[in-house]
Amino acid sequence: MNALSQPARWERFFWPIVATGLLLALWYYSVRWSGTKVFPSPREVEKGMAELLRHHVLWRDIVDSLRRVAFGFGAAATIGIPLGLILGWYPAANQVVNPVMQILRPISPIAWIPVAIIFFGVGDDAAIFLIFLGAFFPIVVACINGVANVPSVYRRAGRNFGLTPPQLLARVLFPAALPQILVGLRIALGIAWLVVVAAEMIAVESGLGFLVIDSRNSGKRYDLVVAAILIIGLIGLILDVAFRGLEKLRSVRWGFRFES
Amino acid sequence: MQDEHAARMNLRLLWRPLAFIAVLLVLWEIGIRRQSSHLLPGPWGVVGGLADLVQHGLLLKYVVASLFRVTWGFALAVVLAIPLGLAIGWNRRAEMALNPILQILRPISPLAWIPIAILWFGVGDLAAIFLIFVGCFFPLMLTAINAVQSIPAVYINAGRNFGLGSARLVYRVLYPAVVPNLLVGLRITLGIAWLVVVAAEMIAVSSGLGFLIVDARNAGNRYDLVVAGMLIIGIIGLLLDAGMRSLEKVKSFRWGYSED
Amino acid sequence: MSQTQAVFAGAGLKTKLSVDHVSMVFERDGKRTEVLNDINLEVGDGEFVCLLGPSGCGKSTLLNTMAGFLSPTGGAIKVDGETIRKPDPRRIFVFQERGVFPWLTVEGNIGFGLSKLPRAEREQRVAHYVKMVGLEGFEKTYPQELSGGMKQRVEVARALAVNPDMLLLDEPFGALDSITRLIMRGELLRIWEAERKTIIFVTHDIDEAVQLADRVVVMSARPATIQQIVKIDIPHPRDISSPRYLELRDGIFQQIGLAHKL
Repeated sequence: MNALSQPARWERFFWPIVATGLLLALWYYSVRWSGTKVFPSPREVEKGMAELLRHHVLWRDIVDSLRRVAFGFGAAATIGIPLGLILGWYPAANQVVNPVMQILRPISPIAWIPVAIIFFGVGDDAAIFLIFLGAFFPIVVACINGVANVPSVYRRAGRNFGLTPPQLLARVLFPAALPQILVGLRIALGIAWLVVVAAEMIAVESGLGFLVIDSRNSGKRYDLVVAAILIIGLIGLILDVAFRGLEKLRSVRWGFRFES
Repeated sequence: MQDEHAARMNLRLLWRPLAFIAVLLVLWEIGIRRQSSHLLPGPWGVVGGLADLVQHGLLLKYVVASLFRVTWGFALAVVLAIPLGLAIGWNRRAEMALNPILQILRPISPLAWIPIAILWFGVGDLAAIFLIFVGCFFPLMLTAINAVQSIPAVYINAGRNFGLGSARLVYRVLYPAVVPNLLVGLRITLGIAWLVVVAAEMIAVSSGLGFLIVDARNAGNRYDLVVAGMLIIGIIGLLLDAGMRSLEKVKSFRWGYSED
Repeated sequence: MSQTQAVFAGAGLKTKLSVDHVSMVFERDGKRTEVLNDINLEVGDGEFVCLLGPSGCGKSTLLNTMAGFLSPTGGAIKVDGETIRKPDPRRIFVFQERGVFPWLTVEGNIGFGLSKLPRAEREQRVAHYVKMVGLEGFEKTYPQELSGGMKQRVEVARALAVNPDMLLLDEPFGALDSITRLIMRGELLRIWEAERKTIIFVTHDIDEAVQLADRVVVMSARPATIQQIVKIDIPHPRDISSPRYLELRDGIFQQIGLAHKL
């Protein structure tokens, strides 16, 4: 793709290390040079992370955030996948429901907070509801598109072998749409992770988002703020990578292009 | 004869989703009336809230404020992230170097940057714009990188075959080849920007649709205004998305969608 | 060879499928396209019939109506005397290799129509057909890792495994290279001679039709009618350099209006 020769294997580790190193150096020197008393340097962030780990607060917050994501995302998948499959299967039904979805979808889950608080009060349930909202629409849309994109040959072959509509859905459409559904699930998981952090900054009193806000509010501990932010990024990345691992399973591999 | 048929088809297509919405509205109204707490508004309550906002001139003012921030944040992100992303995608080593950093920063909810935004920009417009910028920057950069990497090698080879030097290659092959992918990425990121602005306004500024929602609730439990605000958010988000989609349909950009 | 004579199935053969005055009109965005025009044909039990014609002439449409995926706008198609209305496992359609399910292994694909059987019997049948199409050793392989020819074999095996009365093949070898195509034709004939199913085979390749079929139905361009039905009376295995073969082939060339020299 580029003008130079193919990169060697060692370069896969070399360049990222160089770039990260440069970035850290840039960070460190700009903190030094600007003389800021508040914004932390990389060193301070590192110490902040160690502090969080030592006080065991960090683990509880991570578990809290993950737990909410698990429930909210799980609910969104459990309801969203069957719904999406049916809507994709019956375009008429999709036509009816689609306008409503198109209006609800652009409303940030955060905007639902007052409504959520009325229904669920301040606490875990409200946060889980928000995560559900954030993950629900991408999952449904991915399922609808997945089913709609199944080549008609597969449908016809299924009918040819005498499958009834429910059998067709389960044995042909679902496996054929699965790669696209997985992509939708992965994206929805990423969104869920964003929403949980935001929700925790506003509506609950534990979790990584709360840690970010709290570190600032109770003592302007920006070293902890940045430490928490980086941890949020790291866990989000781990979730994404883990999910991508699913895409390598043999019975869905065919739907993805992998670099050899 | 044909036009009549087409018109009848369109009417028939329209009444079913409308009927569905009507049914939902009726259920909503009934659900509200049976509730004793009188907090959440029914559909009429929302209409009243909307009228209220229009009367006080707030609706237009808030919509403009939100759109203003989105425009600036999104535009800044586009201007910086797209060229950067295209350049990085073009150079394999650069992509190798920066990918880990991008992958860690991407899953961080823009809202988690709030303490930093407030530290650097204080409470106000600039902080909100910064948050939108952050929320858009990484997705746009990744879109651009991805778009470059998906250019089929045949196009590049053909360009080289015809003797195009690097600069002309970029202009005559790279740019047209990435435009369809970029447009889709732009649309999705605009949707993200709209989500972020609402959330940002709930926390960091004192105008705009997000602010309307928190303010209406805090200053007197005006849930009719809250839901009216949510509705407006949904509609504008939908309009933004539709606007971008029509851009994708412009003939001179359509070559990316021949598999429609 | 008059047309009316060859419409009916070969002597001594019971009629398996009959096409009675079938026409097909498609309407799209208000435009009417007549694709098939008054097609009449009878296919005998165990016969190998080729539908031959240029691309887009409607032969695939005819095949799809025979399979029950489409309903003719005029006329009817009867199998064993009964009008067909929907697809059925007794008439299996073989698409080009893209009809193979990518999420199932070779075994999974071949066993797809056998879910009602007890496990032991299913495994036995699958093994039998894996062997018949020459894919031993690839049972657990996914289609992604197979060549075009191998995928085509999987599809044929899948079709045969449910023991259908008829096989309907829509240009099945079209996506394969010409060498593989020759091999696959031989395989198909071998399987046909072993199991004697009724086969209706759509192609645009004149040689292919003359090499394979008992009768070749030459179809005109859209709206398609049957131009001519040619009986190929050469016994298998056919020598493709024999005078009779060339005579029949050239006859069809002329019928379609093609020149001999390039």
